[in-house]
Amino acid sequence: MNSLIPLLVAAPLAGSALLLLGGRAFDRFGHWLATALAALSFGFGLALFWDMLGRDGEHRAVTEHLFSWVPVNAFQADVSFRLDQLSMTFVLLITGVGTLIHLYSVGYMAHDERRRRFFAYLNLFLAAMLLLVLADNYLLLYFGWEGVGLASYLLIGFWQHKPSAATAAKKAFIVNRVGDMGLSIAIMLMFAEFGSFAFTPVFDSAHEASEGKLTAIGLMLLLAACGKSAQVPLQSWLGDAMEGPTPVSALIHAATMVTAGVYLITRSAAIFNLAPDARTAVVVVGAVTLLFGAIVGCAKDDIKKALAGSTMSQIGYMVLAAGLGPIGYVFAIMHLVTHGFFKAGLFLGAGSVMHGMDDEVNMRHYGGLRKHMPWTFATFGLGYLAIIGFPGLSGFFSKDRIIEAAFAEGGTEGWILGLCALVGAAVTAFYMTRVMLLTFFGEKRWQPDAEGNLPHPHEAPRTMVIPMVLLAVGSVFAGALFDINDSFLKWLEPVTGHSEGNSPLSSWTVTGLTTVCMLAGLGLAYVMYGRSPVPVVPPVGSPLTRAARRDLLQDDFNHAVLVRPGSALTATLVFFDSRGLDGFVNGLAAVIGGLSGRLRRVQNGFVRSYALSMFGGTLVLVASTLLMRSV
Amino acid sequence: MSVLLTTTCAVPAAGAVLTAALPAGATEARRRTTKTVALAVSAVTLALAAAVALRFDPHGARYQLTESYSWIRSFGITFSLGVDGIGAVLALLTAVLVPMVMLASWHDADPGPAAPDGTLDPGTFERRRRTQGFFALILAVEAMVIVSFYATDVFLFYVFFEAMLIPMYFLIGGFGDRAGGPESARQRSYAAVKFLLYNLLGGLVMLAAVIGLYVIAQDQGFGTFDLPTLTDAVAGGSLKLSGTAQNALFLGFFFAFAVKAPLWPLHTWLPNAMGEATAGTAVLITAVVDKVGTFAMLRFCLGLFPDASKTFAPAILVLSLIGIVYGALLAIGQKDIKRLVAYASISHFGFIIMGIFALTSQGQSGATLYMVNHGLSTAAWMLVAGFLISRRGSRLIADYGGVQKVAPVLAGTFLIGSLATLSLPGLAPFVSEFLVLVGTFTRYPAIGVIATVGIVLAALYALLLYQRTMTGPVKEGVRSMPDLKVRELAVVAPLVALTILLGVYPRPLTDLVNPSVDATLSQVHRTDPAPAHPVAATSGGEQK
Amino acid sequence: MNPVNYLYLSALLFTIGASGVLIRRNAIVLFMCVELMLNASNLALVTFSRMHGTLDGQIIAFFTMVVAAAEVVVGLAIIVSIFRTRHSASVDDSNLMKL
Repeated sequence: MNSLIPLLVAAPLAGSALLLLGGRAFDRFGHWLATALAALSFGFGLALFWDMLGRDGEHRAVTEHLFSWVPVNAFQADVSFRLDQLSMTFVLLITGVGTLIHLYSVGYMAHDERRRRFFAYLNLFLAAMLLLVLADNYLLLYFGWEGVGLASYLLIGFWQHKPSAATAAKKAFIVNRVGDMGLSIAIMLMFAEFGSFAFTPVFDSAHEASEGKLTAIGLMLLLAACGKSAQVPLQSWLGDAMEGPTPVSALIHAATMVTAGVYLITRSAAIFNLAPDARTAVVVVGAVTLLFGAIVGCAKDDIKKALAGSTMSQIGYMVLAAGLGPIGYVFAIMHLVTHGFFKAGLFLGAGSVMHGMDDEVNMRHYGGLRKHMPWTFATFGLGYLAIIGFPGLSGFFSKDRIIEAAFAEGGTEGWILGLCALVGAAVTAFYMTRVMLLTFFGEKRWQPDAEGNLPHPHEAPRTMVIPMVLLAVGSVFAGALFDINDSFLKWLEPVTGHSEGNSPLSSWTVTGLTTVCMLAGLGLAYVMYGRSPVPVVPPVGSPLTRAARRDLLQDDFNHAVLVRPGSALTATLVFFDSRGLDGFVNGLAAVIGGLSGRLRRVQNGFVRSYALSMFGGTLVLVASTLLMRSV
Repeated sequence: MSVLLTTTCAVPAAGAVLTAALPAGATEARRRTTKTVALAVSAVTLALAAAVALRFDPHGARYQLTESYSWIRSFGITFSLGVDGIGAVLALLTAVLVPMVMLASWHDADPGPAAPDGTLDPGTFERRRRTQGFFALILAVEAMVIVSFYATDVFLFYVFFEAMLIPMYFLIGGFGDRAGGPESARQRSYAAVKFLLYNLLGGLVMLAAVIGLYVIAQDQGFGTFDLPTLTDAVAGGSLKLSGTAQNALFLGFFFAFAVKAPLWPLHTWLPNAMGEATAGTAVLITAVVDKVGTFAMLRFCLGLFPDASKTFAPAILVLSLIGIVYGALLAIGQKDIKRLVAYASISHFGFIIMGIFALTSQGQSGATLYMVNHGLSTAAWMLVAGFLISRRGSRLIADYGGVQKVAPVLAGTFLIGSLATLSLPGLAPFVSEFLVLVGTFTRYPAIGVIATVGIVLAALYALLLYQRTMTGPVKEGVRSMPDLKVRELAVVAPLVALTILLGVYPRPLTDLVNPSVDATLSQVHRTDPAPAHPVAATSGGEQK
Repeated sequence: MNPVNYLYLSALLFTIGASGVLIRRNAIVLFMCVELMLNASNLALVTFSRMHGTLDGQIIAFFTMVVAAAEVVVGLAIIVSIFRTRHSASVDDSNLMKL
C-alpha cells in the first residue's frame, strides 16, 4: 500500500511532462488527461486514507524511502516520503480541490489557445505541492516549496503578453525567494546543530538544543512561512498575483499553496513548542496580518483583490492559531481545510462572474447579478455565509475555535489576541457582505465595452458549475463534520499534540461575542452598500480607505526602502566596475604604455647615437670589472 | 600501464591538427566536411572521457590510470597523467560541452557577408580558412583543458594551463558576434588582449612560484614536480616549507587560479571576453577554461600548501562573498545579455571558491558539483541566448520583448536556463549551491548566512532578464523570429535533460567526487565541524 | 723594445678609431675608423701573445682579420646600395636604423 505514496506525486508529474513535451498532439485532449491524472492522484489519496483509517492513531504514520538524493558524508538528504495524519489531510485537500479546479478550468480556459500549457502547469503545481506535504525532511520539503513557487510563477504570469502579469509573477517569485532564504538558513542551522534535517531526528533531539538556537530556527521558519503565506512583512505579492487566471487564484493563492506556511509551522511544532519567543513572533505576525488583510479587503473594488485581502486575513487567523502552540495547531489546520473549501468556492464564483461579465473585475460595474447567474449566486452565497462564520456553516466552527484559543492564551496577551480576532471577524463580515451586495444585489451598473455593447451575463457551463456546487457542499458541512465528537481533533492530535487552554471566557460567551461581531459587520455593510445606491466611480474616501486601496502603502514602502536604493546601488556598482576597477587596470596599462613610449624615443635610429651608447656601455662594463677586481 | 588518459588527450589534439589541415575552401561542402570531422573527433573524445570516468573506481587509489613518461630529466619533469574523481568528472564535463559548443557554433565561423562598404569581416584568419581555424582551435582548447585535468605533474599542468591561452586568444579575438559593426571589432581585440594580459600576468606569478617550489623541494631532496610525491611529502612532514615560503608560494599559485576563475576583484576581463566572443566561445571560457582555475585551487593550492590554505581561507571567503553579491548586483544592472550572463558567472564562481575554502566536505563536494552544474546550466543559458542574439542581431536587452509569443520553445528553454541559474530545486545547480552554503555555514555561520542573499539576487537578475526579453508585447524586429531549429534543439535538449537528471539524482557524481574530496581534506588536516547535538545515526541511513 | 709601448700605440689607435666613429659623418670614413679599431685590438692581441709567449693571441688576430674582411665586404655593399638610393653617404641624413 505504501508504494502508492510516490504515485501520488508521480501521476500529476507525469501529466505535466507529457503535456509539455507532447506538443500539439495533446492539444485536443490534454486538459482531460491532466484532470484524469489529478483525479487518479485523489483516488490514490482516498485509498491510502482508507488504509490509514484501518490502523489506530499511533501507528498511522508511515514512511516510504525511495532513494538517497544528496549524500555527502554527514549531509544525507533522501527522497523519502512521510504520510501521517497531517500530510494525509493535505493530500486529500490538495488532490480533491485540485481535481475540482482542473475540471472547472476545462470550461474556464476553453477558449485559450495555450490551454494545454495551462494544464501542464496545474499538474506541475499539484506534484510540487504534494511533494511539499509528503516530504520527510526539510530539504525535500524545500524542493516542493520552491516547486510550488515555480508553478505559481508560471501561472501568475500565464498571460505573459500582459506586462502587468509578467511583473506580478516575477514579484511573487522574488518575494517568495526572500522567504526561501529563511528556510535555507533554518535547514543550515538544523544541520549545524543536529547533523540532520530530517523530521524525526530533528524533532527527537530538539530538546537538547539551546533555546536561542531553537528560536533562531523558529524565526527563520517563520520568515519562510511569511513569504509563502503572504504574511506581513512579505505580503505584498499576493494582491498582484491575482493577475493569474482565476482557477489559479482559487487553487494556489487561496486553497493550497499559500497555506503551506501554516503547514510548515505546524509540522515544526516540536521546535516551536520549545521556543516561546519564536511563537510570540508567529502570533504577532498572524494577528497583524489578519487585520491588515481585512482592512485591505474592505477597500478594494476589484473582486479578486478583495478576496485576496480576505485570504491574507484568513491565513493570518491560521498563523495566529499555529503560533498559540499546542492549543492552536489542530484548529489552524481545521480552519485551513474549511477555508480551502469556501475560499476556493468563492474564487470560482468570482471567476464565473467574470466569465459572464466579459472579464470585468470591478465590482462597482456589477450589480443585480443574482437573477442572471442563479447557480453562481447560490454557491457564492453559501461560501459567503461560511467565511463570515454564520452559525452552523464550516467557517463558524473553525474560526470560533481559533478565537477561543486566542483568549485561552491567557493574560493581557490573550485579551489582545482575542480582541484582534474578534475585530477581524467583524471586518470579515463587513467586506464579504460588501462583495456580496455589490456583485449580486442592487441595481445593474454594467458598463458598455469599447464598442458600446453591454455585457450579457450568463450562467457558466456545467464543467464550471459542478465544482462550485461540490465546494459549496464542503463549505456548508465540513465544519460540522469536523466538530462533531471533536473528530478532527482526535484525528490530528497524535501528530500535532493538543492541550486545552484555560479561557477566561466560557466557550458559549466566545461564540456569542463572535456572532454579535459578525452581525455588526454585516449590518454596517448593509447600511452602507445595501440601502443606498452604489456610485460607479469610487468616492474619494477617508485617508485610511485611500491607503487601503493602495494596499496600506506596502508597495510604496518597498519601493522607497528596497527598490530605489537597490537600483541606485546597482547603478553605482556598474559605474564603479567600469570606471573604478576596470579604470584602475586600464590606467595601469596606460601608464605602462606611456613609459614604454618614452623609452622608445631612445631608439632614434641614428647610427652614431647607437655607437655612443655602445661605447658608454663598454666603458661602464670595463670600469665595473676593474672596480670589482680592485675590491 | 594503460594509455587511456594519453589517448583521451591525444585524440582532440590530433583532431585539431587534422581539422586545421583539411582543404580550405569557401564552398559549403568543404566547410561541412571540416565541421563533421571536428564533431566526430569531439564525440570520440567524449566516449573516451566517459570511459575514464567509468573505469575510475571511487574506492580505489587516489590517482588511477596513471601514466608517466620522462620528459625533462634534469629537472625531474615528467609527462605524468592520473585521474581522481574530481578530474574525471570535470574532464567529462569538458568532453560533453565541446560537441554542444560545436553544434551551437555551426555557422558562427562561416565567412560572413561582407560589410556594406565592401570590407571583409575583420578576423585574424584569412577568410578561406576561418572554418578550419575555428574548429581546430576549439579542439586544441579541449585537448589542453583535458591534459590540465589529468596532469599529476606540476610543471606539465603549468605548461598546459598557460598554453590554452593561445587558442583562446584567437577564438575571442578572431571570431566575434555578427552583432556589431567596426566598433565591435575594436572592442573584440581589446577583450582578447585583456584576456591574454590578465591571464598571462597570473601565469607568470605562478611560474615564479613553481620555480620557487622546485628550488625549495630540491634543497630537501625532492628534485621532482610530481604532485603525489610532493603532496605526500608535505603531508608526511618530510618536505618542510617555512611559513613565509609557504604563504608566498600559495599566493603565487592562488593568484593565477583566481585570475582564471575569476575571483573578485580580478574579474574584469570576463565580461569583456564573454561579451565580445561568440556564444560558443563564451561557453568555452566560462564553463570549461575557467573551471581549470577552480579545479587547480582544489588540487594544487590545498594539496601543496595546506597550512597556508588554512591561513588565507577566511580572507578568500570574504573575497568570494563579495564576488557573489557584487556579481549578482552587476548582473542586475546590465543592459547587454551576454555581459549579464558573465556577471552571473562571476557570482557563481564566488560560490565555487567559497565552497573550496570553507574546507568542509559538503563545501568541497558542493564546489566540485557546482563546477559541473554551472558548466551545464550556463552552457544552456548562454547558448540559447546566443541563438536569440543571432536571430535579432543585437545583444541589448532593450531590443527584445515578447519572444515567447513568437518562439515559445526558445523562450521555454531560456526559462529553464534562467531557473537553473537561480538554482531552483530539481535542477542540478540547486544541489551544489545548497551544499556549498551548508558547508560554509557549518564553519563560518555569518558568511553562510550573508551568502544566501545571493539566491535572492540570482532570482532577480535571471527573472528580470526573462521578463524583459521574453514577455510583454511583441517588439518590432522580434515579430518574425523563427523558433529553435532541429540543430539548436539538439544542443539544448541534452543540456536541459542533464540539468534535470543531476538535480534529481546527483548520485553518479557525488559517488565519484566524495572520496577525492575526503582525500583532499585529509591533506589539509581538516575534518567537518561536528554538530552541537548530533542525532544518533538514525537520520537518512535508517532505511538503508 | 719594451712591448708595453706597442700597447700604448694600440690604445692610441683605438681611441682615434673610436672618436672617428663618433665624430665623422661619412659612412666610408666611419667604416675606416671601425677597421682602425679592429686593427688596434689586433695589435694588442699580438703584443699580449708576445708578452706571454703563447700563440693564442696571434691566432685570434688572424680570425679577427678574416672577420674584418668579411665585414668590409658586406658593409661596403650596404653603403654602396644606400648611396645609390639616397645619393649620400652621410649617416646623419636619416635615421637608418629605424624602419
